[in-house]
Amino acid sequence: MGIVKSGVYFWQGNEACAEAAIVVGCRFFAGYPITPASEIAEHLAWRLPQVGGIAIQMEDEIASIGAVIGASWAGAKAMTATSGPGFSLMQESIGYAFMTETPCVIVNVQRAGPSTGQATKCAQGDVMQSRWGTHGDYSAIVLSPNSVQEMFTLTIRAFNLAEKYRTPVVLLSDEVVAHMREKVVVPPIETLEMVNRKKPKPGDKAFFGLEEVPPMPAVGEGFNVAVTGSTHDEYGIRFTADPLVHRRLVERLNGKIQNHADEIVDVECCNIEGCDVGIVAFGCTSRAVYDVVEEAKANGITVGYVRLKTLWPFPDEIVRKLAEAAGKIIVPEMNLRQVYYEVKRAAGDVAKVVPFNKIGGGELITPEELLKKILEVVRGRD
Amino acid sequence: MGRTEIRICGLGGQGVVLAGQILGRAAVYDGWNVVQTQSYGAEARGTTAKSEVIISESPIGFPMIRKCDILVVMSQEALDVNVKDLKRGGLLLIDEGIVKDVPKVNAKVYVVPATKTAEETLGERLYANMVFLGVLNKLANLVRDESMEKAIADTVPKNAVASNLLAYRKGRMLETFTLLHEFFGSRSYVGNEHLSPL
Repeated sequence: MGIVKSGVYFWQGNEACAEAAIVVGCRFFAGYPITPASEIAEHLAWRLPQVGGIAIQMEDEIASIGAVIGASWAGAKAMTATSGPGFSLMQESIGYAFMTETPCVIVNVQRAGPSTGQATKCAQGDVMQSRWGTHGDYSAIVLSPNSVQEMFTLTIRAFNLAEKYRTPVVLLSDEVVAHMREKVVVPPIETLEMVNRKKPKPGDKAFFGLEEVPPMPAVGEGFNVAVTGSTHDEYGIRFTADPLVHRRLVERLNGKIQNHADEIVDVECCNIEGCDVGIVAFGCTSRAVYDVVEEAKANGITVGYVRLKTLWPFPDEIVRKLAEAAGKIIVPEMNLRQVYYEVKRAAGDVAKVVPFNKIGGGELITPEELLKKILEVVRGRD
Repeated sequence: MGRTEIRICGLGGQGVVLAGQILGRAAVYDGWNVVQTQSYGAEARGTTAKSEVIISESPIGFPMIRKCDILVVMSQEALDVNVKDLKRGGLLLIDEGIVKDVPKVNAKVYVVPATKTAEETLGERLYANMVFLGVLNKLANLVRDESMEKAIADTVPKNAVASNLLAYRKGRMLETFTLLHEFFGSRSYVGNEHLSPL
């Protein structure tokens, strides 16, 4: 069986992610099994050899991300998948991938932490880790699917962004979205956008600068390329004390993401021009919002929402617009306040931002709980 | 808006997740919107497990079930925990051998010898989930029979298709299950009344 054919499928989120990776050209996977991400490794171990790819179970997550970075430098589109504990172990090398401009995709299917926490239970506690987990000045691209369909489409987008900007991209899913099964429509493959990294021309020597996103050779193609996580100039030569070289490199690495935030940011909006109350939600939690819009309408309340398909870069402008229209924003999330502070920052003083948090046992915030909160906020009791 | 919510629960290892998966896949073959979710412990078997299927005409937002139309239980513990979530007038299917204590509920309650049938027919109690799918589809007519059979064939390993289909068909043909408790309220669950015909 080759690449999946266009059609309607009944897939688990993790399965949709794995099939999408194959569609977009991923031919290398390295990972270490962990609930609730194991099905991605399992599925790719079965499927990748069928399309000429390689899937390896490594000894741990540190080795997994290392192998992925190596495969990317060998010219492959490469991916790993893990959950909180493994994502923690990968942080150093995610920084290395950022510094060496190595395109790769890291799937983090969130479960309840800290530490091993509740391994099989859903949570959304890794929002800030996905942004700030590695050390140093870093800019992250983090996507947040809320359906099995989006496990498919956003996996493709994650690879496209990684290849376009030559940077690691995180697909931040959660146990519910990754484990639930839904109808997935796979469009004709030729209609899907596929981005491949820019390759150097013969004679090119600058693979780490001169352009915002420089071309990337693969090892063995005849370009003498040195790859280092230490500060380096445009040609890959280490400069571990020069202030200007460091400034130039790290500012460009952050700039190539921050300067293109408008192209990267992706949100789903409803009633953001005029509403009585706003909601900013993402991932599994955002599913309750769809129900609540209808139920609130029955109570005479117009709910506007911004659903974050990209968590990072954060969509400041759109959230600000919602804040201006709504005056009150509720931020439901399955953690103890993470996106809340971002919404507060983006909203400034134009809206009152109300956190709504729930953790433990994988229990989702239900439409009933959210509606109750909306009524409290609108009627001024919170 | 047509919508039916089904919860199948029991112990880890009884195949409740697989049963939900097959039912969900069959409903997708019939053209419905479907969400199937599951919940299980960190252990491979022995702790409570549940599988939920929402079948709907319109897109499905919140993916979890708060109140179900149909509850299938394969262990006493699962019954104790889940019976409160069954809608008034809903349908309750319980395994004859494994569930001893049946509470009085405002629902149509059927006692099904699923485990017994699986053991007698195939020598393995692990096919009880397929027997249940057969009984469930006979009583509630959720999906087309051929869709369910296709879903079984497309889901289980190739060398297990025949035995799973046999268990499903046994369930469909089962005559020995008993209506334990009939609901005489305003609404009795008769088949897949929420869904308009295809």
